[in-house]
Amino acid sequence: MKILIKNGRVIDPSNNLDGPHEVFIEGARIKGLFPKGKGPKADRTIDASDCIVIPGLVDMHTHLREPGFEYKETIMTGTKAAVRGGFTTVCCMPNTNPVNDTIAVTEFIIEKSLKEGSCTVYPIGAITKAQKSEELAELEAMKRTGCVAFSDDGRPVTNSLIMRRALEYSKIFDVPIISHCEDVYLSEGGVMNEGFVSTILGLKGVPKAAEEIMVARDIALCELTGGRLHIAHVSSEGSVKLIRDAKARGINVTAETCPHYFSLTDEALMGYDTNLKVNPPVRTKKDVEAIKLGLRDGTIDVIATDHAPHHADDKIGEFDSAAFGISGLETALALGLQLVAEGTLDLKHLIAKMTTAPSKIMGIAKGTLSADADADIAVINLANSFVVDSSKFLSKGKNSPFNGWTLKGTVEKTVSLGRIFDWI
Amino acid sequence: MFKAKDLLGIKELTTEEIYHILDTASNFKDVLKRDIKKVPPLRGRTVVNLFFEPSTRTRISFELAAKRLSADVINFSITTSSVVKGETLKDTALTIKALGADFVVIRHSSAGVPHFLSRLLDISVINAGDGANEHPTQALLDLFTVLSYKRKIKGLTIAIIGDITHSRVARSNIYAFTKLGAKVRLICPPTLLPSEVNNLEIEVFNNLEEGLKKADVVMALRLQLERQSKGFFPTLEEYFNLYGLTSERLKLAKDDAIVMHPGPMNRGVEIESDVADGPQSVILEQVTNGLAVRMAVLYLLAGVKK
Repeated sequence: MKILIKNGRVIDPSNNLDGPHEVFIEGARIKGLFPKGKGPKADRTIDASDCIVIPGLVDMHTHLREPGFEYKETIMTGTKAAVRGGFTTVCCMPNTNPVNDTIAVTEFIIEKSLKEGSCTVYPIGAITKAQKSEELAELEAMKRTGCVAFSDDGRPVTNSLIMRRALEYSKIFDVPIISHCEDVYLSEGGVMNEGFVSTILGLKGVPKAAEEIMVARDIALCELTGGRLHIAHVSSEGSVKLIRDAKARGINVTAETCPHYFSLTDEALMGYDTNLKVNPPVRTKKDVEAIKLGLRDGTIDVIATDHAPHHADDKIGEFDSAAFGISGLETALALGLQLVAEGTLDLKHLIAKMTTAPSKIMGIAKGTLSADADADIAVINLANSFVVDSSKFLSKGKNSPFNGWTLKGTVEKTVSLGRIFDWI
Repeated sequence: MFKAKDLLGIKELTTEEIYHILDTASNFKDVLKRDIKKVPPLRGRTVVNLFFEPSTRTRISFELAAKRLSADVINFSITTSSVVKGETLKDTALTIKALGADFVVIRHSSAGVPHFLSRLLDISVINAGDGANEHPTQALLDLFTVLSYKRKIKGLTIAIIGDITHSRVARSNIYAFTKLGAKVRLICPPTLLPSEVNNLEIEVFNNLEEGLKKADVVMALRLQLERQSKGFFPTLEEYFNLYGLTSERLKLAKDDAIVMHPGPMNRGVEIESDVADGPQSVILEQVTNGLAVRMAVLYLLAGVKK
């Protein structure tokens, strides 16, 4: 099928493009961009009046929960949530059951996503077998099968020697090692940021140092080995500073943050809403400001979702025993657009942090409107407001602290490998 | 006067509400001095004591308070080991609601559980201690006790000694005494001081002798003995040497200072027996006052329109 998207403002950071173009799609590929009114005849025309037309978003940090936790999310529902949120590529973390530490699991995820998925799925393999920080998993075999990065996300690689080996060994095939930075001794039992609010709530805190110690360690190991390090879900001012300094010293490190770390502070936890329980925890106003600065000056390359869907049973009741995580795919773009509205980022930079930047880090040919690229496109109405209603999420995980928020910027249509998803 | 259907913490109370509870408790204390100690205001009402943490004192105090007011009382004790998931807590709460209870008195090791129940249930929820958050009736009975000896709270110096970090009693008392104009001192090792607690209007002392000087009220907290294995202090002996309340050290406080403890005591750890049983101790008086205060809380919440 031939599709023409017209009347929109096309923004493609990968080609430094921003203007009134028409996007012509044939099958699962973009054939090219044409000046306004010059697009070829198509079987279907999408009218993108009052909208921006951007490359489909790329999430380099998603939990799809399958295999093993299908009651929380499946590849089918998670990828539906992705396209609903304007994402056409997700990279799924390996903390499933079984852990994605063998080619069998990698193959399963890829096959299942081709069969049932609404968008492209790239698996992230485990760094260590069963994520136990003891022995390296078969990184090369998983890379060959389709893993685009390695991470023990959900838990840190506690053993520094193993982390060193991972950063060294992965140099063979030039993939990033994604680090979940957490000193588990310092964070033990903690359920929120350590500070005045945790004192007032009587909840056990996780100090920022628990994250920063591991960021510092991994930067040192990255410098030692010359490997490729990517820091996941940066939440604290200290981490931003460490990464900024490492980049200035020419160390090969990249970093991501998530919408909740620039949209929320720990004060939101007054009232004990378990939807705010996330690891690392949301921090303070000072950290939020530092993260915004880090996004602006390029210290933080990527905005990822850390989409962590949970069943309501895992989130209800005691704050201490509720699961960590936020269902984020369906609110990430609108929360990112708040950064544009307030002047922290310009629109092109925001889109770059959700398209070209993660694609480059993961080494995947996504996040671009170049000719012959995959037909992955999102059509966004920037002026439209909506009230977040998590009960209507396509994700199985309704666990959103943004439920009830009024946000601006609606996904009108998503095109994923030429398939059109119509949201209005 | 009382608008909220629940007593979740001292944080949520106004000064007026606190005094209103204390005045009401004073009337009930008179009732408790009578030969016949039972009054009828809660006849036909049901109070459920829902205790997820072992507690004898607080539970029997609430039980007796409810019975003195002619309420029916159900004790529902659940060991935390049998509670695996939050779903169980929700189910338990809904079960209590279905039974037609009017009050639920909740004790739980996890902070925020009373708030969760408060949202889930339209009956009155009374916090009998939640994690390290609050134990409001303990603070109210402590205020009541101090008032009965000192006649006023404003201007007094209250020294709280021990494990502040893990103590809901300390938190509730900090809020209670500062709201009523007292000066609160926290005396503890830096390992047992909560994060950024200095944002509250308190003074911190790492040295017990310094902190005790000229205090009007000296309150020792119970030390959970397992804290030692978590590295908060090296040995119980060292803790006692640094922070144990002895009669020698008590001399640094004002001559008429009173000594309090929320119980149960670890004699020889946070407090010496000579002090616990000495002339300045009002520890048993606290227990009696607890009954009057809990009667007042039940009575006042019963009058709130739901």
